[in-house]
Amino acid sequence: MSDVALGSARRPFALRFPSVLVFLAILSIFTVVVTVLSEGFGVGVISTSFVKTLGKTLCLCLVALAMDLVWGYCGILSLGHMAFFGLGGYAIGMWLMYARTEIIVLESLAAAELPPTPEEVSDGIATQIFGVVGASEFPPIWAFAHSLPLQLAAVVVVPGLLALVFGWLAFRSRVTGVYLSILTQAMTLALSLHLFQNDSGLRGNNGLSGLQNLPGLSDVPQSIVSMWFFWASALALGLGYILCAWVVSGKFGSVIRAIRDDEARVRFLGYPVEAFKLVIFTLTAVIAGIAGALYYPQAGIVNPAEIAPIASIYLAVWVAIGGRGRLYGAVIGAAFVSLLSTWFTGGQAPDINLGFYTIQWVDWWIVILGLSFVAVTLFAPKGIGGLVDVFIDRKSPDRHGADLGPDQGALREQEAEK
Amino acid sequence: MLRIAAFLVACLTWMTPASAQQADAPIQQLLQTHSEILLKSSRRTIGPAVDALANSGLPEAQTVLERWQNKEMWVDEDSGLFVYAEEVDRDTLRIFDFADGSEIGVVPDDGFDQLKPNSGIRGMIGTALVQFQLSDPDPANRATALDAIERGAEESHLAALRASIPTEQDEALLQRKMRLERLLTIRYGQTDAERIEAIQHFDGDLGVDVRAALNPLLAVRVEAAEALPEDPDIGRVLQPGSEALSRDDAYALLVSADLAQPRISRADKRAALVANIDGGQVAGVQVATLDTEAARDMAYAALAEQGVVEAVATEAEVDERVANHVFFERFIGAPPEVVVAAQLALASIENKVALNQAVDLSLDALSLASIYFLAAIGLAITFGVMGVINMAHGEFIMMGAYTGYVVQLFIPDYTLSILVAIPLAFMVTFGAGVTMERLVIRWLYHRPLETLLATFGISIALQQIAKNIFGTQARPLTAPGWLDGSLVINDIVSISYIRIAIFVLALLFLALFLFVMNRTRLGLEVRAVTQNPRMAASMGINPDKINMLTFGFGSGIAGIAGVAIGLYAKVTSEMGSDYIVQSFMTVVVGGVGNIWGTLLGATMVGFLQKGIEWLNPSNTLAAQTYMILFIILFIQFRPKGIIALKGRAAEA
Repeated sequence: MSDVALGSARRPFALRFPSVLVFLAILSIFTVVVTVLSEGFGVGVISTSFVKTLGKTLCLCLVALAMDLVWGYCGILSLGHMAFFGLGGYAIGMWLMYARTEIIVLESLAAAELPPTPEEVSDGIATQIFGVVGASEFPPIWAFAHSLPLQLAAVVVVPGLLALVFGWLAFRSRVTGVYLSILTQAMTLALSLHLFQNDSGLRGNNGLSGLQNLPGLSDVPQSIVSMWFFWASALALGLGYILCAWVVSGKFGSVIRAIRDDEARVRFLGYPVEAFKLVIFTLTAVIAGIAGALYYPQAGIVNPAEIAPIASIYLAVWVAIGGRGRLYGAVIGAAFVSLLSTWFTGGQAPDINLGFYTIQWVDWWIVILGLSFVAVTLFAPKGIGGLVDVFIDRKSPDRHGADLGPDQGALREQEAEK
Repeated sequence: MLRIAAFLVACLTWMTPASAQQADAPIQQLLQTHSEILLKSSRRTIGPAVDALANSGLPEAQTVLERWQNKEMWVDEDSGLFVYAEEVDRDTLRIFDFADGSEIGVVPDDGFDQLKPNSGIRGMIGTALVQFQLSDPDPANRATALDAIERGAEESHLAALRASIPTEQDEALLQRKMRLERLLTIRYGQTDAERIEAIQHFDGDLGVDVRAALNPLLAVRVEAAEALPEDPDIGRVLQPGSEALSRDDAYALLVSADLAQPRISRADKRAALVANIDGGQVAGVQVATLDTEAARDMAYAALAEQGVVEAVATEAEVDERVANHVFFERFIGAPPEVVVAAQLALASIENKVALNQAVDLSLDALSLASIYFLAAIGLAITFGVMGVINMAHGEFIMMGAYTGYVVQLFIPDYTLSILVAIPLAFMVTFGAGVTMERLVIRWLYHRPLETLLATFGISIALQQIAKNIFGTQARPLTAPGWLDGSLVINDIVSISYIRIAIFVLALLFLALFLFVMNRTRLGLEVRAVTQNPRMAASMGINPDKINMLTFGFGSGIAGIAGVAIGLYAKVTSEMGSDYIVQSFMTVVVGGVGNIWGTLLGATMVGFLQKGIEWLNPSNTLAAQTYMILFIILFIQFRPKGIIALKGRAAEA
């Protein structure tokens, strides 16, 4: 593991963490290859829809990074990060939907005898957007939907603020461990139930749709737009990786890992544990929001089902399968599992005919995923990332994935070193 | 051959008046008076004929109405006389005289026309018949008549009802008649005094019919005037812009009363401007500048000055007009004294209704609490006592419910199938729980986060397997017939038997839990193992076995809860996940490791949810949202739940 930073403080960041350089190199090569093979800018081997799938996967890797930071490094098993992800999507989706509808409404009003008044335009947009839920007026939360900068700010501010308030309340009253997990799950459930209502102001279970069309750029084909989003996602993932690697390096990183391993001991040493946890929780929520804001324009639709607690559970599954407590593990897990999921549930995987029963992967993939998750938890707590250890010859005793700490079965510090 | 037949028909026709019909009997004369509209048989014009028959006081009128209603009234095409008839066969009638019910003869139906009242007319006849039926010797007919009055009362019924009361022998029918008489008096009574007296009789009566009778008396019409009139029938004064009367409505009222100029809608204003575009200008204003409502207002005002369009009120004028008038409600349903009496009666009724609604709501909340308790009691064992967090608990509930469904496929008798399903569900989920404990959970004791993750994986897999086997649509789990229906205490308070059964089941489980934990060897060993496994082991208890059994016990109870929940809700593969968060909340809010805490937690969650639903009845999703938010906040203030363990038990 390359995150043990003690004793090497003077060397440059990149040299201390070669895995960051390796990761960035792989990511750049991958981006270039996809660009060359794409329909929009290259030879056209990769279809536009697959470019979108890859772009979405990069966003999922980014949110998995955030999950790894908060869970793998800080020990907070949050079941709410996909909610922050969804909120980011909603924030950008509001602008996309508003701006696109505004163009349509202005076009239809341009043919009229009188130049349109602001009231007519606003009424027209509201009727178009909220017709499906039987409303024709803008709810207050759409007050900033006309402005791209403000909605971009909302991508960061809304998840961040929610995480800040929720985290402050939860950490302040020393809710930890599974209780915190259940509490975050409850928060996610409450949020998705709220969004499912038609009078939530966000179109109830219809969600926001048509997000793949960028306002004002209707002439640009989707093959080009998909590449723009792919590059943006790759850039965000690269920057996110550097940020996360930087956060977990140095003293700050040591403290949050210490909190994961023994919170009480860190508190006795005089560190403000709650503040550290709050910073990590909020920061990762913001990263999740940004990832969501990049994801949903590629997916085209965001609805409350995306925020349901099960989505956050899958996020934990990805990180666990990839290997938590190492940043590249989260990326590998998210990419591997989500691409495999797409393959299996997309109906591309061949059905297996057993004679008496035909295994259809669309139906059985989730079962395999769930059970392999159990298997990973039990037998391979390091996940896929653990394979890297085999290559770089890092061995540690099998403690069923226990963290460092004084608990029964936990990893001793000297064992972890070698 | 044909000729012979024709001759026979001719003979028959000639013979028709077998016995003379009494053409001058009073009933026949009455029918003849209205002959024209009777034959026309139109719902709109038939009224006078029905009324005349009903109010004639003739003893034969009832027969006429009944026969007419049954489409047995015929008219002789030649003489125009009305008779009633029975069809002997397709072409032949046996006709009778209305006057004395005597048979006139058997005749071919060629010379007769059947009166075919449509359903609307039959309804009117039925209403008219009621007064005859009220004194019918058969109590069943009298009850039918009362039912008819309850469905659609008319003014004429009041007199008939009053007339029938003194002769009524049946006590129950007499009560109904008197109650109905008072209700009709409220509506149609001649003098205010008798109406008020009738109203006062109903103080605190919960019947829906009473409120239906009283409410129209309080009907109001909103009026506007420069100053408040001093009439006695003025209700409350309304403030424009308040919830009861919006500013727009207030102004619309003034407009309709010709007290103000009409306003114009945005679309109409636009249309008026468009209609008056003249060479790129409207009233001298360039069209291109009309891109704000203010500019359009000015252009419209200019048009109005030119006299091209009607002048309309500006916003300032609207404000002024509304401010200069006073808006008030005038009672139009009844004279003021009656209104006062009705208000008093309604107020007392509403108090009682509110009280009963509170009782009803509490019963609802109690049954919801029982459901949460049922869902959570298994968790209280696995999570509360053992400290094992089992996210697949909801799926055990689902497995129990599906077990019930499968049992019903094989045993069609619902009572028997439930009796079989309950132990079977326990066994199935007990087995599943023990298997899971052996294979997964025992490797993960003391690592709650990993347990959480692994059981999540199991939960996902189990859910999908159920979906693959049973499909995504909801499966029925039918309750036995004796659980159908509900216990009705009065018009407001009622509770379905199935909810009572669930409540009883929850109490049984509570008793079972307490008995097992406090009074049996197993309970003692469970408590010993959870407090200190090593000490328990040195006392000869096998902690592995105890853990396995305890986990199985908790899972088994979840299975039984699944059968109960399936009876009341739908059985789907996702039903478990609907309850899992609430179940954990129930356990956490109540206080981990204490069954009374779970009970309190379930009660609190149930009452809270029903309370929030009552505040916002249209939206159960919102109720769940707010309840979860409340629980999150509650945990802030009592992180250990309502009942926090103290001392050695807390450290275990």
